[in-house]
Amino acid sequence: MLEGYLRSDGRKGIRNHLAVVYLVECAHHVAREIAYPFREEGVHLIGFPGCFPNDYAQRMMESLCTHPNVGAVLLVSLGCESFNRFKLEKAVAETGRPVATLVIQREGGTRKTMERGHRWIRDTLPMLQQAQKVPMEVSELVIGTVCGGSDGTSGITGNPAVGLAFDRLVLAGATCIFEETGELIGCEAVMSARAKTPELGRELAASVEKAAAYYATLGFGSFAAGNAEGGLSTIEEKSMGAYAKSGSSQISGLIKPGEVPPRGGLYLMDVVPDGEVRFGFPNISDNAEIVEMMASGAHMTLFVTARGSVVGSALGPVIKVCANPETYARMAGDMDVNAGRVLSGTALAEVGNEIFDLTLKVAAGRQTASEALGHAEFILTYKSFEPAGPACLPT
Amino acid sequence: MRPEGSKPLAGMLLRLTQADNVLVATGPAGPGIVAINGGGEIVLSESVTLGHKVAAQDIPAGAKILKYGVSIGSATQDIPAGAHVHVHNLRSDYTPTNILEETAKGAGNA
Repeated sequence: MLEGYLRSDGRKGIRNHLAVVYLVECAHHVAREIAYPFREEGVHLIGFPGCFPNDYAQRMMESLCTHPNVGAVLLVSLGCESFNRFKLEKAVAETGRPVATLVIQREGGTRKTMERGHRWIRDTLPMLQQAQKVPMEVSELVIGTVCGGSDGTSGITGNPAVGLAFDRLVLAGATCIFEETGELIGCEAVMSARAKTPELGRELAASVEKAAAYYATLGFGSFAAGNAEGGLSTIEEKSMGAYAKSGSSQISGLIKPGEVPPRGGLYLMDVVPDGEVRFGFPNISDNAEIVEMMASGAHMTLFVTARGSVVGSALGPVIKVCANPETYARMAGDMDVNAGRVLSGTALAEVGNEIFDLTLKVAAGRQTASEALGHAEFILTYKSFEPAGPACLPT
Repeated sequence: MRPEGSKPLAGMLLRLTQADNVLVATGPAGPGIVAINGGGEIVLSESVTLGHKVAAQDIPAGAKILKYGVSIGSATQDIPAGAHVHVHNLRSDYTPTNILEETAKGAGNA
C-alpha cells in the first residue's frame, strides 16, 4: 500500500516539496540563493525566464505550483515583469497551500529579499516535514515517460521495457502519459490503430502530422547529433524506438500540456504548439518535456537514456533507465535500471517488471539516483495552444 | 515493437523482425564473419559499434530500409550485404538528419 500527501483537490502527492518560483529571469539569482541552502530539505527552484506575457506559461506555472507533489510555494518577482503574480498567488492560495510573494523591488533589493525568503522557508518547512500521509492506491498514480540521448539500443532494450511497465501500470488502473509527437513521425498508422475510438485515432495521427510540418518548417527533426553517433540514422527510426515506450495498451486520449487526464489509462501528450510556427522549437531539451507531463499531473517520470543523460527534475522523481550497456558500465552512478543487459540475454519482461516494481518503491518514497545526486533541473519556454477538440477524450 | 526470435548475445547481430533488411550490432562487431541471432552469419566489410546497422542483403539505391518491420527511410546508393547502413547511405523520408561529422560514424561509441 502506498501513502501520499492529500491535497484539497483530492489528488495525492508522493513528495512534499516547497517550490521557490522566479517569475522572470531577472529574479532567478535571488530565487536560487533563497532556495539553495535548503536544497537537501525538499526545496526546489522552478521559474519562467521571459518578461513578455504568455497564457501557456501562466497556465503551466499554475499547474506546477498546485501539483500534488508541492506543499508550499514562494514566488519571487522582480516587480516590473509581465507575469501575473497576483493570479498565480491566488490560484495557489485557493488550494490551501502556504504561499507568499516576494517582490525584489519592494523588499529593497537582493540581500533583503534573500533574508526574507530564508525566513519564510524556515517558518514553513516544519509544517511540510510534519505533514501526515494518507493511504494511496496505484490507480491514483500518474506516470510520464520520456527518452533522451537515444541511440540504436533504445528501441531494443529500454523503451520496450518501459512499455511493459506501462502495460502493467495501465492494467492496475494508473494513468500513463507518453509524448513528443515529433518523435512519433512514421508511427501514425500503427498508433492510430490503438486508439479507443476511430475519431481519437484521427486526432492522434493529426497531432503527429502537425509535428512533422512544424519541424519541417524549422528545418530540423527532433534528432540530436548523439543519436547518429549511437547508430540512429533517421527520425522515423528514432520514432519507432521511442514509440515502444507506450507499450501495447489501448490509447484512451490525447491531452495538451497542463491538461490532467480524467481517469486511468494511456494518454498521448501533444507537445507541439498550435497555429503558425512562432516561438521556435517545441521542447528545447528533455526537461521541457518532463515539465509538461508534470503540469498534467505526472508524479514521476520514467526516463530512458542510451548516450547517458544525467538529469533529474524539480518537483518529481525521475527514474533513469539505461538502454545501452556500455553507457551503464561508465555511468552506473546516474542510473536506476540497467536495461542494456537485455543484449546479453536477460529477458525484456524481467527488466519491465523491475521498472514496474521500482516505480512503486519510488512512489513510496525511495530516492532515485538523480534525486540522491541533487538533480532538480527545470526549463519552461514560450508556447501557444488551442483547446483540444471533443474527440480527444472519448468517454 | 520488440525483437523476435531467440535471446540475443553480445557481439552478435540482431534481426529484429524477419521483414528487416538490416541487422543491429549488440556490441562492437566486424570486420569479418559475425553470427546472427536466430541462426546464420554474415561477412561485415567494416567494423561497426553497438546499436549500428548493417545490410542483411544487397539493397538497391532507392529501396526502403526496413527495421522493426517498417520503413525507416530510403537507401541513397546501392548498399552491399554486410556494409554499414547509416547517414551516409540512408536518408529520412520526412526531415533531414542533423549530425556532427566528427561523431556520426560511431567512433566515440566503442
